Amino acid sequence: MTAVPTAGEKTPRKRAASGARKSESRVAWAFSAPALILLLAFTVLPFALAFFLSFTNQRLISPLPTRFVGIDNYIDTLGSATFWKAFFNNVWFVVVVVPVQTAFALWLAILVNRKIPGRVFFRTVFFLPVVTVMAAAAVIWSLLFNANGLVNAIMETVTFGAFSPDWLNSTTWALPAMMIVGIWQGVGFQMVILLAALQDVPEVLYEAASIDGASRWEQFLNVTLPGIRNGLIFVITVTTILAFRLFDQVWIMPRVPGGPLDSTRTMMLELVETGFGAQAIGRGAAIAVIFFVIVLVLTLVQRRFVREEGEVT
Amino acid sequence: MTAQPATREETKLASMERARRRNLIIQYILMVLLAGFFLFPLVFMFVAALKDDASVLSDSGGVTAFIPDPWVGFDNFASAAERASLWRVFFNSVIISSFIVGLGLVVNSVFGYALARLRFRGRNVLIAMVIALIIIPFEALAVPLLYITAELGWLDTYHVQILPFVANALFIYLFYTFFLNVPVSLEEAARVDGAGPVRTFVSVVAPLARPAYATMAILGFLFSWGQFLWPVLVTRGVDVRPLPLGIGVFKTTPPVQWGDIMAYAALMTLPVLIIFLIFQRYFIQGVASSGVKG
Repeated sequence: MTAVPTAGEKTPRKRAASGARKSESRVAWAFSAPALILLLAFTVLPFALAFFLSFTNQRLISPLPTRFVGIDNYIDTLGSATFWKAFFNNVWFVVVVVPVQTAFALWLAILVNRKIPGRVFFRTVFFLPVVTVMAAAAVIWSLLFNANGLVNAIMETVTFGAFSPDWLNSTTWALPAMMIVGIWQGVGFQMVILLAALQDVPEVLYEAASIDGASRWEQFLNVTLPGIRNGLIFVITVTTILAFRLFDQVWIMPRVPGGPLDSTRTMMLELVETGFGAQAIGRGAAIAVIFFVIVLVLTLVQRRFVREEGEVT
Repeated sequence: MTAQPATREETKLASMERARRRNLIIQYILMVLLAGFFLFPLVFMFVAALKDDASVLSDSGGVTAFIPDPWVGFDNFASAAERASLWRVFFNSVIISSFIVGLGLVVNSVFGYALARLRFRGRNVLIAMVIALIIIPFEALAVPLLYITAELGWLDTYHVQILPFVANALFIYLFYTFFLNVPVSLEEAARVDGAGPVRTFVSVVAPLARPAYATMAILGFLFSWGQFLWPVLVTRGVDVRPLPLGIGVFKTTPPVQWGDIMAYAALMTLPVLIIFLIFQRYFIQGVASSGVKG
């Protein structure tokens, strides 16, 4: 680098350059300021506040002064049966939906990845539910899931009348009904991400495998799956996080949000009912922090599994 | 014509061709069945929206669910408009989504551009901050944000539903990576012609970024139009409520008129559906690009 010129030696040209620098930096801050201020006000500040409030007894509207209560909110939350009920409903949702939806999305992606006429049409149709507002999907499906609805008409035909539960009024089947709605609405999204991943797998790898005499199934296991590894991990992580955010269906579909008998209660419902319904901001913030920790752990696990591009396996 | 005796090679080829045909037919049958699975709830909704209330429920268990009879035209839309102030909440949703998308495109893209191209102190810190903020889900902020906005007296307004969603760390990051990939030579050419950074951005870079803007507009619209949790927290009356919340009115005030509900759901779905079918390519690209960061 060149030596720093002393003030007296500045040539007009250099002065112009440093002036341009200064104006560039001014423009940069002007460009950054609006979004930066909004991010600070509506993301960073509430995020910090969530931690702070979770250690207080803050209520939404209250004349009483705010008081520090230590970790009481966390003790209350982690000692509450409904919180654990909600948490395990989320976990149950994850355990079923993540593998089923990921496999389903991969299958759809493979189907529309073949270069056959009409594949864009089918891709569009499979993606349509993604652009359907969840609130609309939830009411449509709650009618389809009624005891004498279309789902049961199909179930009775397929199982010869052996299986036709009253889905949304059953503590066993209400959550599975919401899993079906979630998969119906979300699988197209994952399909598109996996489709992009599939198209990035170099064609030569398949050619090489087929010269080596690998069957279609062996090609799938040894070429396709490793090739779309990062895409798959992304899909699995996002689906898991979305499952912990489950809210719209459990608010709209049952007669009472989270019902019947808390069988569809989720962490987000718990958060809304505590922070807003009961106006207990402090406890609601504690739930939000616990929720964030779950999301953070999932994201870190994802980062750990994702291999950098070009890294040798 | 006399039949040529087929060589073994030819029969093998013919049987491979037959197998390929068979596979293709199986694939089409599967895809048609899958298309049925994804489409039938939507078809059901549109049919029910045009149908007499009582028949929506009584027909819901069979093929008649897909036949709009007795046909009532747009009566359900009219009665939904009356009971749930359909047009009012529709208008609210349009206002809220337009502002989120419109303002968002401007502030997120110029920030992304500054991070990608302009030299200034603190840039690297800001890039790291944006990347870190992507992982914070809105749900984790909802309670403290409710507290802040309630203290500010913002409940039941439009801006409480707009401002928190204008700046979006994911969109800033996607714009940033897009601008990083724009060839520098174009901007340098503009600079040589004496254009400052603002002129360069407005007249050279932004037009090039049209696909990125389209993608971000569509993703932003998709997210904001379906918003549910936040409006539940910050709105009470129908005055500023968005569409998805209005659906609750039908459940709390009996009798349940399914025709009205379906008309309402149809009107909620239709705008996104139309925009999707027009800009299909950008939707698919947008979703695919949101996965790239993984």
